[in-house]
Amino acid sequence: MMHDHRQKGKGFFVNRTLPGFRLTLGITLIYLSVMLLIPLAACLWKVTQLGPAAFWAAVWTSRARSAYFLTFSASFISAAVTSLLGLLIAWVLVRYEWPGKRVVDSLVDLPLALPTAVAGLAYSALYVQNGWFGRFLVPLGIHGTYSRLGIVLVLIFIGLPFAVRAVQPVLESMEADAEEAATLLGASRWQTFWRVILPTLKPALITGFALSFARAIGEYGSVVFVSSNKQGETEIAPMLIVSKLEQNSYAEATAIALVLLAMSFGMLALINVLERRSRRHYA
Amino acid sequence: MARTGRATAVVFSFSLFLAALISGAIHCGSAVSGVAAAADKPAANTDPVELLNVACDPTRELWQDINEQFGKIYERDTGRKVTIKQSHGGSSSQARAVNDGLEADVVTLAMWPDTDLIRRSGLIAEGWEKRLPENSLPYYSTIVFVVRKGNPKQIHDWPDLVKPDVQIITPHPKTSGNGKLSFLAAWGSVVTRGGSEDQAKDFVTKLYQQVPVLDVAARAATMTFSKKGIGDVHLTWENEGQQEVQDSKGELEIVYPPVSFKAEPQVAWVDENVKKHGTVDAARAYLEFLYTPVAQQMIAKHFYRPNSEGDRQKFADRFPPIKLFGITAVAKDWDDAYQKFFNDGALFDQISEKK
Repeated sequence: MMHDHRQKGKGFFVNRTLPGFRLTLGITLIYLSVMLLIPLAACLWKVTQLGPAAFWAAVWTSRARSAYFLTFSASFISAAVTSLLGLLIAWVLVRYEWPGKRVVDSLVDLPLALPTAVAGLAYSALYVQNGWFGRFLVPLGIHGTYSRLGIVLVLIFIGLPFAVRAVQPVLESMEADAEEAATLLGASRWQTFWRVILPTLKPALITGFALSFARAIGEYGSVVFVSSNKQGETEIAPMLIVSKLEQNSYAEATAIALVLLAMSFGMLALINVLERRSRRHYA
Repeated sequence: MARTGRATAVVFSFSLFLAALISGAIHCGSAVSGVAAAADKPAANTDPVELLNVACDPTRELWQDINEQFGKIYERDTGRKVTIKQSHGGSSSQARAVNDGLEADVVTLAMWPDTDLIRRSGLIAEGWEKRLPENSLPYYSTIVFVVRKGNPKQIHDWPDLVKPDVQIITPHPKTSGNGKLSFLAAWGSVVTRGGSEDQAKDFVTKLYQQVPVLDVAARAATMTFSKKGIGDVHLTWENEGQQEVQDSKGELEIVYPPVSFKAEPQVAWVDENVKKHGTVDAARAYLEFLYTPVAQQMIAKHFYRPNSEGDRQKFADRFPPIKLFGITAVAKDWDDAYQKFFNDGALFDQISEKK
């Protein structure tokens, strides 16, 4: 399974089930270039218009630093919560039969289809002081909108489908007999979960985490409606990009985007390394 | 292996988002440009003509009315059928879209710097303000207050905004034109009435400390105030405020401060594009039509203040008098105002830095 797409033996041009290696690879490369590489190159090209000093001045102000920090920490927390919730939801959807399961299963994808601005508006309307949740929470001092908490909440909503859909197929393909065997061998429920189920799910959990984390970092549409957008407090990095664009500082906006990109690339690479190490550990 | 691939895909799609964000204006431009390009051969006099009016957000309903009327009158006078396409969006992002290739025949943006941005790219001729009557300003507006029913916090003038228990809703001056004008109105309310710049700075510092949410755009701020019930007073354009009050069914009312900023949504045709499309005459006729009594009537109906010589006084009961000041009351010119107030590290950044 690990090696199913690797070419073994005779070099590149071996007949495969899907015909036309050259054709499919050609389409893949053209697609990647047009959709990804050229826009990315344009991005880089813009940034080169700034000198190193101007680049640094644009991307490393105290305002920018707190925006990066907020973006990454809110995304991290929301991705962590999403992964846990996602595991729980996937578990309930896979392991139990109950009426309405189909409906809930399709509801999970809703955040992907809903325009994120709508989600942002709905969340903020719920948590304001006269909203359905807000009227109970605000008197307790819990501000679920126009606050950092609000940002995390809406990012959990945005990221949920990624976490659920990453874990679900793996859970489905997991046979119950491994668990039964563990139980028969005298493992407690906790041990079974910790030693048998979790290691199998770990790569899928990490994938789900990485997906929702990356999605959260770039999220703009919903966050601006639940954030009070105050600098150094609730201002996310994409907001900073938009406000640079508004000053017609294209190059600086791109520079910030690039830093964000580099940081998330680094984080995802780290996650990948951790994941691979964890697999070696359990292999 | 599959997982590594997926993580890479994540990074790629994220990069794509960023790239799309940056070049968003370009993409949005290309969608409409085909429409306008269709009319590029110089038309014989009875050929149908098509204009693209790139406008700012809150003018949708106004232009619907005006376009319909203009279509009838233009066809009657010239025998040519005219279709007007509209594009709406945030004023300054619309300006960028035109610069990036959205082939607007005319632009009707919210404030001078946005139109002038297109002049800077060479698409609009120098001295464009002088081509139409009244400095190319067929109507104007101002920043007013919207308050809750009965005006419980007794807000009548700018100094009332900084009373300790008043919360103010206004969009972010760095991302919203409406936000910028509100800021300038607040500043000007001090300096045009004998206050010093230091006093003005104190005033806006206090004011923005009492703003609980800085929405990115005008309509979002309206939602925050009218639908979510946050804040005691909402600073907004007069026409937006009137609309908000109408929609609230008696829950909100308008307060006219004694002084405020004069909002000047000037209009212009885009020289390079009308030449290319052969729509010079139609575009000009369209904008000149705005100064006729018929159009001025519709403008007043949508709560913009008519600005043609004959019509300015006609709707006096609809528009209570406010002493209005322009950009020169608060800065040398618009460029200076941006440098002084809105650019990175300028006054707005200074007063909003966390202490």
